[in-house]
Amino acid sequence: MAEREQIRKPAPANREQSVEEAPPASERGSDIKAQLDDLLDEIDEVLETNAEDFVKSYIQKGGE
Amino acid sequence: MAVPKTVGLETEYGIVHRGAPEPNPISASSLLINAYLVGTHQAPEPGRAAVSWDFTDETPGNDARGGVPAGSLAPEIETHLVNAVLTNGARYYVDHAHPELSTPECADARAVVVYDRAAELIAARSMEAARMLLPPGEEIVVYKNNSDGKGNSYGCHENYLVSRAVPFSRIVTHATAHFVTRQIFCGAGKVGSETSGMRLDDAGYQISQRADFIEEEVGLETTLKRPIVNTRDEPHADAAKYRRLHVIVGDANMSQVATFLKVGTTALVMALTEDDAVPRELRFATPVAALRQVSRDLSLREPLELVDGATITALGAQWELLAAARAYVETRGADAVGGDVAHQVLDRWEAVLGGLERDPTSLAAQVDWVAKLRLLEGFRERHGLDFTDARLRALDIQYHDLRPAKSLAARAGLETLVDEAEAELAMTEPPPDTRAFFRGRCLQRFAAEVVAANWDSIVFDVGEGSLRRVSMTEPTRGTVAHVGAMFDECGSAIDLLRRLGAAGA
Repeated sequence: MAEREQIRKPAPANREQSVEEAPPASERGSDIKAQLDDLLDEIDEVLETNAEDFVKSYIQKGGE
Repeated sequence: MAVPKTVGLETEYGIVHRGAPEPNPISASSLLINAYLVGTHQAPEPGRAAVSWDFTDETPGNDARGGVPAGSLAPEIETHLVNAVLTNGARYYVDHAHPELSTPECADARAVVVYDRAAELIAARSMEAARMLLPPGEEIVVYKNNSDGKGNSYGCHENYLVSRAVPFSRIVTHATAHFVTRQIFCGAGKVGSETSGMRLDDAGYQISQRADFIEEEVGLETTLKRPIVNTRDEPHADAAKYRRLHVIVGDANMSQVATFLKVGTTALVMALTEDDAVPRELRFATPVAALRQVSRDLSLREPLELVDGATITALGAQWELLAAARAYVETRGADAVGGDVAHQVLDRWEAVLGGLERDPTSLAAQVDWVAKLRLLEGFRERHGLDFTDARLRALDIQYHDLRPAKSLAARAGLETLVDEAEAELAMTEPPPDTRAFFRGRCLQRFAAEVVAANWDSIVFDVGEGSLRRVSMTEPTRGTVAHVGAMFDECGSAIDLLRRLGAAGA
């Protein structure tokens, strides 16, 4: 895991381990999938709850 | 001869005032910045004017091509909004309806990454400070992206110091070749399309946030009919010696590696251009169409037509520029392009192009559009969504959210190049090796006597009659090596001005 993320939010133990000790190639595929699953769990948690309203109300003025 | 590549970024952030009955992006931006200034004691004491931006030397309407074509629109300068100079040498201000932060001048691409990360931390700190001032239920949120998905765009501009001696047409040629194709590693990724005449969902996902908004090959505009190569001729330095290439075509990056490569490769291409060291001109038959084609080609395999009838892929063009840059550094050295950092740029450039060629998904920790696509695809699969689902658009926007508790980029496992302690220090400390050091130290030490500052001068009021302006038209002077000891020896602004007067600085 990136250092930035570790500082901002402690990563789940299984993800930290996956970086510190590189597993053998045979385990790597399932490990990558486990990492993505953890990440998707987190996204489910923090993603804006009413996506439709959020996207609709995200209106910016042109800049520069 | 290539001049040392002093570089910097100006980032306009998206802003949302949540829970406000009548949200206004200009007042939200002002509140955000003022909250930060007060919270970090960079706001004036009661009864004193703030250290404000000095607009005396601003000439954004000057065109690098000489005469200004009919119908060209010079950007307006807004002088009445919040506009602060920070002790790290940066400028933090309201531009149009966005908060904008310009990094201090940096001597290489790595320093740009440090100050760009510091800018993100400043934005996060600003949001916290603003929350303390707002009624319960209200919050100001800042996004580091370039589009609202509804046809409105705001920029992350890059600046590169180049020699005045180089013909502008040569800059246009090589910059265009690079800008059309470098998106493959510095595109931030976007769900949908915002090209007029296309439906939003015509492009499911594209590489660049910005490509939809680029309509011209060369021009002065930045807010409409945006060009690939911007001609604003405002060097903020000795105009007889320097140009400042003002780049508006790029995306804001969350990935530090992407920012490092965006700035590092472009600085190299500019040095090659100054020394006429690009072996052949890569002229696209239709550069604007090519830029958009590259943005939509996730396979990275589509051929782009050149004016001579031949074709090349974006990857092919980048390999060619990389080879030219390697040869250049081997024969002429890296002094003008950041020294050791240039070697790191070359190695990283090669590694990323190799990764993109073999398997783009291998770069999910380095390249924003790949990192974002991995999240989108995973989320889409998990919930069985199609690419028009609002949740995917929400995920796209929230990738760029700068609140640590909400940012998806911060969770995506992106590789970092600088540690947080270094970036935190850079929130208040100027870089040591450009004139930003002098600006920052003056603000740290003598803010009470500084009336105004801008990129190339500082105005003092030391209570001795007229105001005193210190000119800084040489971006590589005013460094810790030049003036560090002087600051240590001067107890007051008057001392400093006397010493500067005696030294003829």
